[in-house]
Amino acid sequence: MNIVNFTPVTATLGGILIGLAVGVLFNGRLVGISGIAANALTEKNNRFDNILFLLGLVIGPILYSLFTKNEINITISNSFILLIFAGLLVGIGTRISGGCTSGHGISGCGRFSLRSIVATITFMIVGILTVLIKNFL
Amino acid sequence: MNKLVSLISGIVFGIGLVISEMINPEKVLGFLDLFGNWDPSLAFVMIGALIVSSPLFHIIKKKEKPIFAENFNYSNNKSINNKLILGSAIFGAGWGLIGLCPGPAISSIALLDIHSITFVIAMFVGFYLVKLINFDN
Repeated sequence: MNIVNFTPVTATLGGILIGLAVGVLFNGRLVGISGIAANALTEKNNRFDNILFLLGLVIGPILYSLFTKNEINITISNSFILLIFAGLLVGIGTRISGGCTSGHGISGCGRFSLRSIVATITFMIVGILTVLIKNFL
Repeated sequence: MNKLVSLISGIVFGIGLVISEMINPEKVLGFLDLFGNWDPSLAFVMIGALIVSSPLFHIIKKKEKPIFAENFNYSNNKSINNKLILGSAIFGAGWGLIGLCPGPAISSIALLDIHSITFVIAMFVGFYLVKLINFDN
């Protein structure tokens, strides 16, 4: 194992903002992006609130770029077949288990929910194994 | 008030994803590449988020009624069952293939990258499929 590209300061700062967002939204409401996104699609209850949250997720990076003049770079070079396959897995998996990195990983673990801790360990291990296998292929 | 809180939470979450660089799947894949070139940053994002959200959760939970909503609305599901493990594993596989989970995927729509938009559409199809066969929690 080599440690590379490690950015602990910006990672922690960004994490604190995410924690604030999740903590404030927790104030009575379901938290977790997969849940919010799926409910915005399929449930009439709180639909407008859910859509506003998702809209905020998209506006956030735009505001950041406008105010800091920093360009945001992402690199995705996968084929469209793989993107569709992986997107389906993420959509299906998070709904079956009832949460994703935010719902189980931050909200659930933050509430010390054993269910969420088990979910988080499971998707972390499978994610790590997937990358390991991918690197061998 | 609730609507404004939803929007602002989304914006803050989105900015957190940009500052921590979790919006970039390469950064996430670096974390999952534990046995190769490992980038521990994602762990610091989780720690930063939990430091803030965990105390907030526990303070808010003690109140009779949340500040921004009529009543509490979060999962009381405590069961650790096959669905939790299966769903988390499916999610982990999709996550490890591209490096996108629901939050960063939706936020990255702001960058108008056709790859991440394809992923998001497939993810929403996944949400819908699980709802359709009634296999969600």
